[in-house]
Amino acid sequence: MKETPLSNCERLFLLRAIEEKKRLDGRQTYDYRNIRISFGTDYGCCMVELGKTRVLGQVSCELVSPKLNRATEGILFFNLELSQMAAPAFEPGRQSDLLVKLNRLLERCLRNSKCIDTESLCVVAGEKVWQIRVDLHLLNHDGNIIDAASIAAIVALCHFRRPDVSVQGDEITLYTPEERDPVPLSIHHMPICVSFAFFQQGTYLLVDPNEREERVMDGLLVIAMNKHREICTIQSSGGIMLLKDQVLRCSKIAGVKVAEITELILKALENEQKVRKEGGKFGFAESIANQRITAFKMEKAPIDTSDVEEKAEEIIAEAEPPSEVVSTPVLWTPGTAQIGEGVENSWGDLEDSEKEDDEGGGDEAIILDSIKMDTGVEVSDIGSQDAPIILSDSEEEEMIILEPDKNPKKIRTQTTSAKQEKAPSKKPVKRRKKKRAAN
Amino acid sequence: MVTQSVRSARCRAEVIIAATRGVGAMEEEMHTDAKIRAEIGTGCSPRGPGCSLRHFACEQNLLSRPDGSASFLQGDTSVLAGVYGPAEVKVSKEIFNKATLEVILRPKIGLPGVAEKSRERLIRNTCEAVVLGTLHPRTSITVVLQVVSDAGSLLACCLNAACMALVDAGVPMRALFCGVTCALDSDGTLVLDPTSKQEKEARAVLTFALDSVERKLLMSSTKGLYSDSELQQCLAAAQAAAQHVFRFYRESLQRRYSKS
Repeated sequence: MKETPLSNCERLFLLRAIEEKKRLDGRQTYDYRNIRISFGTDYGCCMVELGKTRVLGQVSCELVSPKLNRATEGILFFNLELSQMAAPAFEPGRQSDLLVKLNRLLERCLRNSKCIDTESLCVVAGEKVWQIRVDLHLLNHDGNIIDAASIAAIVALCHFRRPDVSVQGDEITLYTPEERDPVPLSIHHMPICVSFAFFQQGTYLLVDPNEREERVMDGLLVIAMNKHREICTIQSSGGIMLLKDQVLRCSKIAGVKVAEITELILKALENEQKVRKEGGKFGFAESIANQRITAFKMEKAPIDTSDVEEKAEEIIAEAEPPSEVVSTPVLWTPGTAQIGEGVENSWGDLEDSEKEDDEGGGDEAIILDSIKMDTGVEVSDIGSQDAPIILSDSEEEEMIILEPDKNPKKIRTQTTSAKQEKAPSKKPVKRRKKKRAAN
Repeated sequence: MVTQSVRSARCRAEVIIAATRGVGAMEEEMHTDAKIRAEIGTGCSPRGPGCSLRHFACEQNLLSRPDGSASFLQGDTSVLAGVYGPAEVKVSKEIFNKATLEVILRPKIGLPGVAEKSRERLIRNTCEAVVLGTLHPRTSITVVLQVVSDAGSLLACCLNAACMALVDAGVPMRALFCGVTCALDSDGTLVLDPTSKQEKEARAVLTFALDSVERKLLMSSTKGLYSDSELQQCLAAAQAAAQHVFRFYRESLQRRYSKS
C-alpha cells in the first residue's frame, strides 16, 4: 500500500509545536517513551515495546565451520525485518533503503563494537565454531525503530543460552539442555542506540522521535553508547550540518539515557532469572495484562471425547460411498503408469482439417448467412477443397487462406465486416478431425 | 454429512493413502471395521484419558498501525496477527467483484520457506470461505502473521489468531472459524492440542479448521498415517474442542464489548 502522505497542516502544526518546546504526547525534549521488556519461554526470545513501537527478537545458534580468515572466531549474524504488519507501506519490494540503513547501523553497533566475545564461541579452531544468529522483527512502527531494535538485540543476546559443548581430543560432545544446563554468551558491554531528531536546520532537537516527528524531521543523529560512556557507533543522516558542541551535547544526553536504559534492562533480566529459578510461570502468557479489557485468558480446558467413537461409527455407517469411480492404474513399464484415458495428440492434425463435412459446411453457411444478411451475399457451399469459396460478390479484396501442402483456397471477402474475415479464417483451424474416441 | 464435506473439502494431505482400493472394496472394509469394533468393544483407538486443550489467552488491538491485530496464545505457542483492510489493491491483483485476500506468515528464525507458503495458502483458503469479500470489491484484505513462539499446534494457533484479528479489524465475515490440532500416537490414542514433543512422537497429526455456525469443516491438513475411522474420530473430537474455542471467543468479545 502506498504511504499516506502527511498533510501540510499537520506538518506545520508539528513544527510549530516543536518550536514552542511542545510534543504531541506531552513528553519533554529529552524524554524517552515507556520501555517494556518481556521474555518468551525459549531462551533468547524477547519482545521490546518502546511506546507503541514493538520489536520481537530471537537469538539462535548453530555449529558451523568458521570463516577462512578468522579460524578461531565465532560468527555473528544480524537480521532486522520490517514486517508487513508494522506499517501499511512496508511491502516486500518497497522498503529496501530503510531496511539496508537499519541493518547496517545495527551491525556496526553490535558487531564492530565487539560487545560479544567471538573467541569464546570457538569450539575446535578451524573446524567448528558457533554461529549466533539474531533475528529481529519490527511488529509495529511508531518511530525510532533503531533504538527499539538495538535494545531488543542486546536483551535477547543477554537472555540467550547456548548448549554446552565439551571437547575431548577429537571428540566433540554437544549436550542437550536436559543433560547439562545451557551456557550464557560472554558479553563485554551493552551498546544501546539513542536517536536524536533535528528540526529547522539543527535549531531544535528531540530525543526518541515518534513516527509523526520522524516524518517532519530534517535529519537524524544516532549515537550508540554503552554505560561506560564509550561511543560504539555514531551516524548522522539526512544532510543536516551540526556544530561540534551540538554533537558533544548529544553525546552527553546519550550517556545519561543509556545509563537509565541499561539499568532497566538489567533489572528485567534479573527478574526473569529469578522467576525461572524459582520455577514460576514465565513466558509471553504471563506478560498479557489481566486487567486489560482487550485481553482474555482461559485455563486448561478438558474436552470430553468419550463419544467420538460412536459418532465416528455412525458417520461411517451412514456415509454414502463416493460417486466417482477411480480407475485402477495400468503399469506399462517400471516407472510408467497410466491412470484413466488420455486424449489423442492432435498437434499434427492440420492436414486433416481439410476434410470438411457437408454438415459442417452447412453449419457455417448458416452462420455466415446470419452475419452477412444485410450485405446480401451469397455463400457457396464449401464442399470440396478445390472449389474456390466465394463469400461475397465484391472483387475488392482477395483473402487467401494458406494451408500447409495444399492449394491455397481463394476466398474473396468484403472488408466491411470483420466478422466475415474471422469466420472463414477460423474454419480450417476449427475443422480439425474429431478426436478419436479413447479406446 | 460430515463425510461428504471431508471428501469435497480440499484436503492438503501429505497422507500416504495406505492402499489404493476400488470403491467397492472400501465400502466392504468400512462395514467390516464397524463389525470388528462392535465385537472387540474397545475399538482400535481408545481415547486418551487426559484429552484437554492447553491454556488459552488472547489480546486484541495491541498494535496501533494495523486496522486489526490479535495475539493468540495456546500454551507456549504464540502467534501475532495483524490485518489491513479493506484497503487499496494493486491493479494487477484486483478482482472486480470481491476483495483480494492475502495471507503472509513469517517464521521467527530465518527466511520464510516452502512450509510457510503452504500454510499461508491453507489459511487463505479458510479465510476466503468465511470473509464476505463481495461487500468490498476491488480492495485488498491483508492478514500478516508472525510466529512469536512455536510449541506445537502452530497452524491451529495461526488460524485462531487470524480470526480474532479479522474480528478486531471489523472485516465482515459469515462465521468465525477456529483451528484445532489432533495427534494420533502409535497406539491410537487421540491427543488434542499437542505440544511439539507430542507432535514429533505422533504417528499422525491432523489440523482442522471449523466454522462457528454449524461446526462444519473448512480446511483440513494432515500428516502421517491413519485410517478413515480414525479420521472421523479426530474430526468429531475436533468439533467438541471447537465448542470450547468458540466459547472462549465469545467470552473474550463479550468482555470487550459489553457495557458493564
